[in-house]
Amino acid sequence: MQSELNNSNYIHPGHMACAGCGEVLGIKLVLQAAGKNTIGVVVPSCIGIIIGPFPFATFKIPVFHSAFETAASSAAGISNALLVKEDKETVVIAFAGDGGTTDIGFQSLSGAADRNENIIYCCFDNEAYMNTGIQSSSSTPYRAWTMTTPLGKTLKKKNMLEIMGAHQIPYAASACPCFSDDLRKKISEAKNIKGMKYIHILSPCPTGWRYPENQTPNIGRLAVETNFFPLYEIREGKKYKITYQSKGFPVGDYLLRQRRFEHLTQEDLEMIQNEVNKNWEELKRKHARK
Amino acid sequence: MRMLLTGNQAAAYGARLARPQVIAAYPITPQSPIYEKLSEWDGKGILGARMMRVESEHSAMAACIAASLTGVRTFTATASQGLALMHEMLHYASGMRVPIVMVNVNRSLAAPWSFWSDQTDSLAQRDTGWLQFYVADNQEALDTVIQAYSISETVLLPSMVVLEAFYTSHFSEPVEVPDQEMVDAFLPAFEPEFFLNPQKPATFCQTVTQSQYAEFKLSRQTAMENALEAVEAVNKKFKEHFGRQYHLLNCYHNDDAEIVLVTAGTIGSTARVVIDELRAAGKKVGLVRIRLFRPFPKTALIDSLRHTKKIAVIDRNISPGQEGVFSEELKSVLFSRIQDIPVFSFVLGLGGSNVSPGHIKKVIEITTHMKDAPLNPIANLEDDNAIRIKQQ
Repeated sequence: MQSELNNSNYIHPGHMACAGCGEVLGIKLVLQAAGKNTIGVVVPSCIGIIIGPFPFATFKIPVFHSAFETAASSAAGISNALLVKEDKETVVIAFAGDGGTTDIGFQSLSGAADRNENIIYCCFDNEAYMNTGIQSSSSTPYRAWTMTTPLGKTLKKKNMLEIMGAHQIPYAASACPCFSDDLRKKISEAKNIKGMKYIHILSPCPTGWRYPENQTPNIGRLAVETNFFPLYEIREGKKYKITYQSKGFPVGDYLLRQRRFEHLTQEDLEMIQNEVNKNWEELKRKHARK
Repeated sequence: MRMLLTGNQAAAYGARLARPQVIAAYPITPQSPIYEKLSEWDGKGILGARMMRVESEHSAMAACIAASLTGVRTFTATASQGLALMHEMLHYASGMRVPIVMVNVNRSLAAPWSFWSDQTDSLAQRDTGWLQFYVADNQEALDTVIQAYSISETVLLPSMVVLEAFYTSHFSEPVEVPDQEMVDAFLPAFEPEFFLNPQKPATFCQTVTQSQYAEFKLSRQTAMENALEAVEAVNKKFKEHFGRQYHLLNCYHNDDAEIVLVTAGTIGSTARVVIDELRAAGKKVGLVRIRLFRPFPKTALIDSLRHTKKIAVIDRNISPGQEGVFSEELKSVLFSRIQDIPVFSFVLGLGGSNVSPGHIKKVIEITTHMKDAPLNPIANLEDDNAIRIKQQ
């Protein structure tokens, strides 16, 4: 399976992503696992840029670039049309950013989850409106610098995966392109489940997070190894499974490598560490629950 | 089969007979009976379409666009606030050249809240690139929905079929409901050349340069201009199949009329009665009911109005700071060909307030006696003093 996946690639070189982009790596992995019988919906986000300007195309699958808040409703429109056409093979994937998911697209996503639409919704979370020039979203972490939170965000990051879990959809999972096998496995899993699937993909962003572009693999790994972004699955809103046992490094190992957090005080760090510990313990409890 | 149907029911029958494959809908007064009727048929297993009960009109339009791009026929219905919420996606639909057919039941827009007939909701969408049909009765509602699919799929632009809150939407009339076989013979299956297809991958709706954008928009303008011909061709074909026909304009005694009343929707039905009465009294009055608003039937309007002495337009809508939209648009067309016919602009019936035969007679009376058309619309027929001031 591994070698088969590695041989496939559904994006052309010469795409429009920044050097060191974690998101485009995630897209590549998602498409590898999804395969060629896939229709994509893209909405304004970095992905909307990555797919290329007319007449160039980055994706080797058919893609519809829809309006900002419609990733889920557009994907649902396609999957319903495929049902009518009795096409059971084609997978429909929505590609949206964190702003398009946790903010402006939240209503249509919740609606699609409620109706249990047969789509895979991938939120590529680079934790701010990066495409428009690094403005804060509800997915921007506490204390992070952005152009609209110049002194650091004072509000916490919205926990989108738990919200999607609460919709009791068949499958919800977190993933990170720096754990490529885990990510591909989750997409392969999602492909075989009927109904709504939600994958929240942390997408390290050298441009917006202010770290050197060759550090993306390390940054993504550290987000997971510090439990800042744990990798897990939620089935039917109830069954939790941690899919990677982290090493539990201190959060400073992750945060202080990024200049968006360079203003953090010792007090901030302790507060964030406490929060991460608390969340991790709770997740372990849910994982252990039968 | 002849049935007693409300306009909403007639529109729902028209939609079902056109065999849409995906329907996405959201309830809103006074459109909800369309959604309910379709749901009833869905429950009985006779709808033949996939129903998406979405969480907003915005999502309804997004889903219709995406489904249409996947190569299936789509339908939705809305009104008022719902149409306003769709605004962004209306531009998107025509930009993507998807032949969606939507029924909009004209209803007043908040604030303040109101639920009755007012054309401002759909006329405010005039620049979104949708064909717009204003129907005057329930038979026309059913027939126009079927026609709209044929027209839209020819020119690859979406169509809006406009009913009026409670006047057409909820009043019952006898309606001839055609057999499915007849409609199938008239309207072939939707088979677009381009659609989202993994066997033939393509990227739809990319970022373009300035000049590419201009090219896309001008090609849509060309399609709109060509749509006039398509509407007439489909009218002709429709008559051959069903024996009924509709035109761009619905003209009544306008050829020798000294005053022609121009309006749209149900006011046009009331006006016919008034025209008959005034004609019987020897007054040379006529009527032009605008059925197709987008594309605007410029040549047909010029031809039907060039011999009259005065024109009175009744608008059940208003563009604040200007006047009624039909009046404004008509003036812009006449200005390029005929400048010497004064156009009297009346804004009446806002928010569903009644436009009675008496009101229409007063409109004709004011137009007869007033020499020059005022710059601002006449909105209060009872207030002779206000009318006099406008005249000065």
